[in-house]
Amino acid sequence: MIKAILIFNNHGKPRLIRFYQYFAEDMQQQIIRETFHLVSKRDDNVCNFLEGGSLIGGSDYKLIYRHYATLYFVFCVDSSESELGILDLIQVFVETLDKCFENVCELDLIFHMDKVHYILQEVVMGGMVLETNMNEIVAQVELQNRMEKSEFVFISRM
Amino acid sequence: MSPSVRLQEMIRVIRSARTQCEERGVIQRECAAIRAQFRQADNVGRSHNLAKLLYVHMLGYPAHFGQMECVRLIASPRYSEKRVGYLGAMMLLDEKQDASLLITNSIKNDLSHSNQYVQSLALCTLACMGSAEMCRDLAPEIDRLLRTSNSYIKKKAALCAVHIVRKVPELGELFTTAAHSLLSEKNHGVLHGAVVLITELCEQNPESLAQFRKVVPELVHIMKGLVMSGYSPEHNVAGISDPFLQVRILRLLRILGRNNDTASDAMNDLLAQVATNTDSSKTAGSAVLYETVLTIMDIKSESGLRVLAVNILGRFLLNNDRNIRYISMMSLQKIVQTDHNAVQRHRGTIVDCLKDPDASVKRRALELSLALVSAVNIRSMMKELLLFLSSCPPELRAQAASGIFSAAERYAPSQRWHIDTILHVLTTAGADVRDETVPNLIQLITTANELHSYTVHKLYRALVADISQSLVQVACWCVGEYGDLLLRAECDDTEPVQVTEDDVLDALETVLQSHMSSPATRGFALTATMKLSTRITHNVDRIRSIVSIYGSCIDLELQQRAVEYNALFKKYDHMRAAVLERMPVIDKTSPGHSKGEMTAGPVQERDQTQKQPAVETVSQESTNQASNLLDLLSSSDDAPQSTPAQPHSLDACPTSSSSPEGDLLDLLGGLDLMPAPSLTVYEKNGVTLRLQCDRQMDTGVSITLSASNSTDGDITQFNLQAAVPKCVQLQMKAPSGDVLPARAAGQLTQAILLKNPNKVGLRMRVRVSYCSQGTNYQDTVQIDSFPSVAWQ
Repeated sequence: MIKAILIFNNHGKPRLIRFYQYFAEDMQQQIIRETFHLVSKRDDNVCNFLEGGSLIGGSDYKLIYRHYATLYFVFCVDSSESELGILDLIQVFVETLDKCFENVCELDLIFHMDKVHYILQEVVMGGMVLETNMNEIVAQVELQNRMEKSEFVFISRM
Repeated sequence: MSPSVRLQEMIRVIRSARTQCEERGVIQRECAAIRAQFRQADNVGRSHNLAKLLYVHMLGYPAHFGQMECVRLIASPRYSEKRVGYLGAMMLLDEKQDASLLITNSIKNDLSHSNQYVQSLALCTLACMGSAEMCRDLAPEIDRLLRTSNSYIKKKAALCAVHIVRKVPELGELFTTAAHSLLSEKNHGVLHGAVVLITELCEQNPESLAQFRKVVPELVHIMKGLVMSGYSPEHNVAGISDPFLQVRILRLLRILGRNNDTASDAMNDLLAQVATNTDSSKTAGSAVLYETVLTIMDIKSESGLRVLAVNILGRFLLNNDRNIRYISMMSLQKIVQTDHNAVQRHRGTIVDCLKDPDASVKRRALELSLALVSAVNIRSMMKELLLFLSSCPPELRAQAASGIFSAAERYAPSQRWHIDTILHVLTTAGADVRDETVPNLIQLITTANELHSYTVHKLYRALVADISQSLVQVACWCVGEYGDLLLRAECDDTEPVQVTEDDVLDALETVLQSHMSSPATRGFALTATMKLSTRITHNVDRIRSIVSIYGSCIDLELQQRAVEYNALFKKYDHMRAAVLERMPVIDKTSPGHSKGEMTAGPVQERDQTQKQPAVETVSQESTNQASNLLDLLSSSDDAPQSTPAQPHSLDACPTSSSSPEGDLLDLLGGLDLMPAPSLTVYEKNGVTLRLQCDRQMDTGVSITLSASNSTDGDITQFNLQAAVPKCVQLQMKAPSGDVLPARAAGQLTQAILLKNPNKVGLRMRVRVSYCSQGTNYQDTVQIDSFPSVAWQ
C-alpha cells in the first residue's frame, strides 16, 4: 500500500501532499519535514530507495523518490509494493502531468494544485495503484475537465 | 471565466509575501474571508473558497472549519462543486471526525448517479477514508458496481472493495464471486484491480485462499499472453507489456503457490519462461524478473528453477545500477534463511557493498552480512565488520554494534578473541552500544580466568586514553578487581604496562573528577578505588582521603558509598579484606532478566549491629526498618543474627537506576512451582496476616506475607519487620504499600527470601506495626512452623 505521496521542491516547500493513512495535521507537516531532510541529503548517483525514517508506519516502510529538476517526487510505501514498479509509476505520473499541462514545470503544480490532485486520483486510489496506462489517464482527465467547463458555461449564461 | 482564477490570485499573493510573518498575515486574512463566506447561505464561489482552503491546508495552516463546507458541497448537484467537495473530504475528513458520517448518504446517492464521473468520485472517496460503518452500509452497492459493464467504474469498484475488505474482513465473502468473474475481463485496469482484490482476499482469509487456487490456470494463461504478445502500444513500458500487471500477477501466484504442490507445478513452466524471456536492461524488466525470482524461491519449485533464480540474483548483484543492487540484496535477505549456501557464494560481493558510498546500499549490505556470519567465516567477516564500524554512518552504528555483539557471542572461536572484539567495538563505537554490554562483558571477563592479566592491561591502556562511558565503566571495574595483576606487571599475552600504584590511582581519580563521567561511572570508579585498598600496599592513606572526600558529595549514591566505605575503614577494618576480596564467577543470567524484567525488587540486607553498612542496589527504597529491627533482634532470647553482609557480591551491579536489568545474582532462580499452602500467623484488631510459601530452592525458600483489614476504617503506616535465627539469611523485598483499605477491599503483600544453606529448622519472628483509627499498634509474632514445603 502506498502510504503517502509527497511532492516538494529543493527547499522543502510542499507542492502536493496526499496521505492515504490518517495523520493529524501537525504530524503531516512533521513527516514532510523529515522526508525532505532525508531526501535532500542524498547524492544524485545513489539509489532511489531510502529507509530510516521513523514517523510513518513504524518499520515496514521505505521512501522511493525521484528527483526531477527542482522537484522531489516521493512515494512512501510499505513492503507490499514492488519498489521498481513504484519507480516506474512515478515516471508514468510525471509523464502524464507533462501531457496534461504541456511541458509541465513547478509553477504549473503550484498554481493548479487542485488539477494535479484530480490527475493523481486517476493514477492512485486509496493507496493502491489504479491505472498505469498514460493515455487512458489523460483521456479520462480530459473528459472530466470538459464536464466541469460545460457547467460553468451554462452558469455564466444565466 | 475559468473556475480557479481566484485560487490563483491568492496563491500569487501568498508567494509574493517576502517573510514568513507576512505570509501568515495574508493567510489569516484570506481564511477570515473564507470563513465569512462559508457562513453565507448561497454563494457562487463556494468551490473556489474550498480550493483556497485546501491550498492553505497543504502549507500547514489549520483548516478544520472547512469540514462542514465539504459536506455541503458534496451534496450539491453541480459536478464542479462535488469535485472540490470530495477532494476536501479526502484531505480534511477522516473517520474520527463526526462530519464524515454525514457524507455517507451523499456517497450512497452518488454511487447510483447517472454520470460515471460522479460515481467515480464517490468510489474514490470511499476507498480513501471510508470508515467501517460506511463500508458495511455501502458494500452491497459496491458489489453491484463490480458487475456493471463500464470498465472505468469496475476498476475503481475493485479497489474500493479492497479497502472495504481491509476495514471489515468479514465482508470478503461478499466479493468472492465478483472477483472470480472479473478475471475474464480484457481491460488491463480491471484485471489489475481484480488481481489486487483477490490478493487481499487470499491474505485475509485462508479459506478464500483454498478457493482461489483454482484460478491459477487462468492467471497463468493471462501471464503467458502478456509475456508472449508482441508490441502493444498502450501497455508498453520500455519494451515490456504492462509490467505492473505482470508484477501483480506474479505476486498473487506466489501467495497461491506457497506450500502447495499442485499450484506450484502449474506455475513452473510459466516462471521458467518469464525468467528466460524477460529483458532486464531497463527497470521495468528488472521489476518483473525480481518478482519472478521471489516467487520461484517462495513456492515449491523444482531445483533447476531455484538455481536459475539464484543465478539471476547474482547477476543483479553485479549490476552497475545501484537500484538493481539494492533490490537484489533485499531479495537475498529474504532467501538467506532457506538457501543459506547459495547466498554464501556471493559473500565477497556483499562485503564489498559495505564500502559503497550509498547509505541505503550500506544498510542492506550490513543486514545481509550479519545474516551470513557463520562459524566458518567468523574471523574474516568480523574483520570486515569492524572496519565497517569505524567508517559507517551514525544511524547504522547502533545496529552494527549490536549485530557484531550477537555474532561474536554465537561464534566466538576463543574467549580472548571475544574479549578483543568487544573491546574493539567499545573503543570505536562506545557511545552507541546498549547498556547491557557492560554487565555482559564483566561477566565474560570473570569467566575467563587465564585472561585476567591480559584484560586488565588492555583495559588500563584504554582507560587512560578513552572517554566513552561503557568502556570506562568496564575498565574501572577490571582495574579495581585485578589491580594487583596490573601492578605486578607480568603478562604473557601482551606488553605489560609499567605502572606504579600512584599512576593507577591517578587514572581512577581522573575518572572520578572528570565532567564527562556519568554518575554510574563515578560509582564504578569509587568502588574500584576502594577495592584497590586491599590490593596495593603503599597508598592506602591516599585511598582513604579520596573516599572521605566523597562523603559529602551531592550525588546521593556516591555519598552513601563513600560513607559506607569510610565506615569500613574506621570501624570494620578487620573485615575490610574479606569484604573486598575477589568476586566469584558470576552466572550468566537468562535473557529475560537482562532485558529489564525486574524479578527482584530492591534487595535489602540485615546486618548484625546498627552501624554496619547496608549496601543497597538497584532502586533505593526508604529503609526505616534497619534500626528498629535490630532492636528486635538484640532483645530476643534466641539472639537471632543474620550473617554478615556480603556487599562485594553486589558491586557488580551497575547502579544506574535507569536500568533495573543486570540483577546478576539471580536470587530467585529455580522455578519450582509447588502448590503454596498458606498459614494465618496473626489475627488481631481486624488485621489478618497470612504467610505463603512461594518457591522452594535447594538452599532456601521464598515466602509472601499478605495482610488484609476487616475493620471499617483504613489502616495506615502498616509495617512489617522480620528476624531469623543465625545461619539463615533474610532478605525482604519492598512491600506493595503501607495502607490497608477497609473491609478487605485490598491486600498488602511483601515478599521475603530466606536462605538456608545449612538447612537448619526455619523460624521467624515478625513484628507488625500499624495505625488504626488513630491508635498505633505494635505486635510480635513468632512463626515456628512453616508450611510443609519449607522443610527440606
